[in-house]
Amino acid sequence: MSDLEQFREQTRAWLEANCPASQREPVMEFDDKCWGGTKWRFSNEDQRTWLDVMAERGWTAPDWPAEYGGGGLSKEESKILREEMYRIDARPPLFSMGLSMIGPALLQYGSEELKRQHIPNIVKGKIWWCQGYSEPSYGSDLAGLQTRCVDKGDYFEVNGQKVWTSYAERADWMFCLVRTDPDAVKHAGISLVLFDMTTPGVRTSPIKLISGNSPFCETFLDNVRVEKDQLVGTINQGWELASYLLTHERAMIGNMGQTTANEKTLHQHAIDVSGLENGQLGDSALRTDIAQWEIDILAFELTQERIDDETKAGTGTGATSSMLKYAGTELNKQRYELLTDIHGQAGLGWEGDIFDNGLLASQWLRTKGNSIEGGTSEIQLNIISKRILGLGQKG
Amino acid sequence: MALILNEEQNMLKESAQGFLSEHAPVAQLRQLRDERSETGYDKGTWQQMVELGWTGILVPEAHGGLEFGHVGMGQIMEENGRTLTASPLLSTAVLAASAINAAASSAQKKALLPAIVDGSLLFAVALDEGPKYRPTLVKTTVAASGEAYVLNGEKQFVGDGHIADKIIVSARTSGDASDEQGISLFIIDSSAAGVEVERVHLADSRNSAMVRLNNVELTADALLGDKGGAASVITYLADVANVHLSAELLGMSQEVFERTVQYMKERSQYGALIGSYQGLQHRAAHMFSEIELAKSVVIKALQALDENSTKLSLLASVCKAKVSEVVTLVTNEGVQLHGGIGMTDELDIGFFMKRARVAEQQFGDRRYHVQRFASLQNY
Ligand SMILES: Cc1cc2nc3c(=O)[nH]c(=O)nc-3n(C[C@H](O)[C@H](O)[C@H](O)COP(=O)(O)OP(=O)(O)OC[C@H]3O[C@@H](n4cnc5c(N)ncnc54)[C@H](O)[C@@H]3O)c2cc1C
Ligand SMILES: Cc1cc2nc3c(=O)[nH]c(=O)nc-3n(C[C@H](O)[C@H](O)[C@H](O)COP(=O)(O)OP(=O)(O)OC[C@H]3O[C@@H](n4cnc5c(N)ncnc54)[C@H](O)[C@@H]3O)c2cc1C
Repeated sequence: MSDLEQFREQTRAWLEANCPASQREPVMEFDDKCWGGTKWRFSNEDQRTWLDVMAERGWTAPDWPAEYGGGGLSKEESKILREEMYRIDARPPLFSMGLSMIGPALLQYGSEELKRQHIPNIVKGKIWWCQGYSEPSYGSDLAGLQTRCVDKGDYFEVNGQKVWTSYAERADWMFCLVRTDPDAVKHAGISLVLFDMTTPGVRTSPIKLISGNSPFCETFLDNVRVEKDQLVGTINQGWELASYLLTHERAMIGNMGQTTANEKTLHQHAIDVSGLENGQLGDSALRTDIAQWEIDILAFELTQERIDDETKAGTGTGATSSMLKYAGTELNKQRYELLTDIHGQAGLGWEGDIFDNGLLASQWLRTKGNSIEGGTSEIQLNIISKRILGLGQKG
Repeated sequence: MALILNEEQNMLKESAQGFLSEHAPVAQLRQLRDERSETGYDKGTWQQMVELGWTGILVPEAHGGLEFGHVGMGQIMEENGRTLTASPLLSTAVLAASAINAAASSAQKKALLPAIVDGSLLFAVALDEGPKYRPTLVKTTVAASGEAYVLNGEKQFVGDGHIADKIIVSARTSGDASDEQGISLFIIDSSAAGVEVERVHLADSRNSAMVRLNNVELTADALLGDKGGAASVITYLADVANVHLSAELLGMSQEVFERTVQYMKERSQYGALIGSYQGLQHRAAHMFSEIELAKSVVIKALQALDENSTKLSLLASVCKAKVSEVVTLVTNEGVQLHGGIGMTDELDIGFFMKRARVAEQQFGDRRYHVQRFASLQNY
């Protein structure tokens, strides 16, 4: 048996023994996903156990270096772990912007001290990170951001306002883009700093969304003291870091379109609601729409796989994260449009027993943000036109 | 299996691209059309394809082939889509080779496969009896006369029908028209008494024909596969056809897209390159994204053919449905974004659009495969 086959066998056995049954159920609501952090209340003991046993092996971050608490697995081993988790429909033990965004950036650009301070806590889910990028006047045009960061000798002082900061209320730390050189051309005067959300001068105010939830906030920063060693990379290197991070964020958001092994398919939803007539869904137009969507999502998942394989083989054309973000989020929005259609008025239930307190309706509305967060669909199309297709010069 | 080409497949793709762009570019099809060519393909180019070994790619080594597989063949088809090269490749080297491999007796294989490899026999596959693909709608009748058969009926829109030496036809040995059971396949000589082949001209300037069978007498060894049980062979054959047609359509999509983006970088209006207008940029970027999806379904389905995957039919339908959607989008946008020039015969884009629509119809269009996908998933 090859080493990889052996790894697969051991991983399968270990997951079988250690992944609690409740953690193999499809993720239905927010609390089903574990986000970690000091304020996290585990939805049950299984969720805590699952995080602990996985974090213990560093398998919340399988391919991060073991010296910082990561799993230290090779790309092939990580893939096997993913496949084996997918096979039993195991939930990811931890969701966080630490894992998907600031962690990779720290590993790439952070000082040794910063890595030692933050990476192990990200792996263990001890700290909930939030992302302070967008500002009221600077959304798509992020590089225009105005939150000021001034060198005060032995510390930095930050003043400004962020907006749409997801989970700012519950988060422990923020990675924040700030302007360190107001005189430089806009991309060249930005830095990335880290601070504790309990630092005096940090204030959050929740914003209610169309889904009825309020997961994101306005974040006000008044004379916030940031320690000098919490600068990531070098001063004014922030845009490069932000771009690196955005690539990771896009991959994560694009991924939301992906289905999991035991997740109910759209056509199964339709069968459960309306049944079959002569072996077919009675609403033939809906049947066609569902089939078309299922073909598209398969094509999308195969594309993720192909691009992954090309990257590994070194034949990738690169710059595909925008394409995946665009296609994946548009498909995820369509999924929820179809789901609410399939369930009719019940799918739009808002309170009470109909559809579990409006669960589907709020999920449907949440997906509308997929093509806005992390760079809108239009911005992804701009990036594809300019960077990949070379369109844009005025001639 | 990783969704990428191995080194040998890449080399084959590159050599196909080099050969076709040099020896059989779109200009060749244009010339064949303008000359009202008798054969509708260039014999010299076909001979070179034979010499390159393309006719042997799907034929087992035991019968003189290269046994190189569908992923490799698919690369040639894709490159063919970029140049719109008219040749008997699909009918003979892909469809007939696959049908014979899958269903023929060893005597038939021995007799026919080497002749496919050396290019001495051309084939056509005749399933349709109407303008839309309906494989079980078979009214062509078979009467037994002792050990032999007598066929009567009409086969329509037979690709390469008028150049074929042999035609593989579906006919009904039992049951009612549109029953799945009771269909058989026969290999007939196009020169046999009672076979009447009439060439028809479709928009794509390729070869199509009506084939009328009037009391065509066949000996017992003309039967291909089990009597009355051809449905599964036909399903397989159609899956093969659809995956390779999709590869061809993918090549066309990429070619038209690249030419269109190039034009957007050359044409100015209102004092600026039209490629600088965001309204057009976003349409181009959307096409880019859709073509990426199309690439993935094609390679996956080609691999499914080589692996004899149980998901072959599902993936073949995914492939044809998605790629048809994409090529329709890209050819329509290709004309539109070229403006008035896009409407001219002088520009090649029109050739791509016309070939695309015919290839989309063959073996089931997008809607057919969307519906089939749903049926295969039991809804
Ligand atoms: C659910 C959700 C979670 C979020 N979480 C966070 C977070 O945690 N941290 C954070 O910092 N931010 C977060 N954001 C903010 C997000 O990054 C911004 O909303 C996004 O970048 C768009 O900026 P904007 O809202 O200012 O829209 P605008 O930039 O004002 O865009 C308005 C419209 O104009 C279009 N547009 C803008 N510029 C162009 C152009 N050049 N060409 C064509 N069209 C254009 C846009 O596509 C959009 O349709 C979140 C957003 C959402 C919806
Ligand atoms: C069937 C037919 C009949 C015709 N008959 C006549 C006739 O009788 N008399 C006559 O004078 N002309 C005639 N025309 C010409 C017709 O008016 C032009 O083709 C048309 O105005 C487009 O110009 P163009 O072909 O130069 O394309 P272009 O202007 O070069 O356009 C190319 C592409 O760029 C797009 N584009 C151009 N500018 C912009 C912009 N600012 N923003 C976004 N997109 C842009 C266009 O929409 C198009 O998709 C005819 C054309 C056709 C096809």
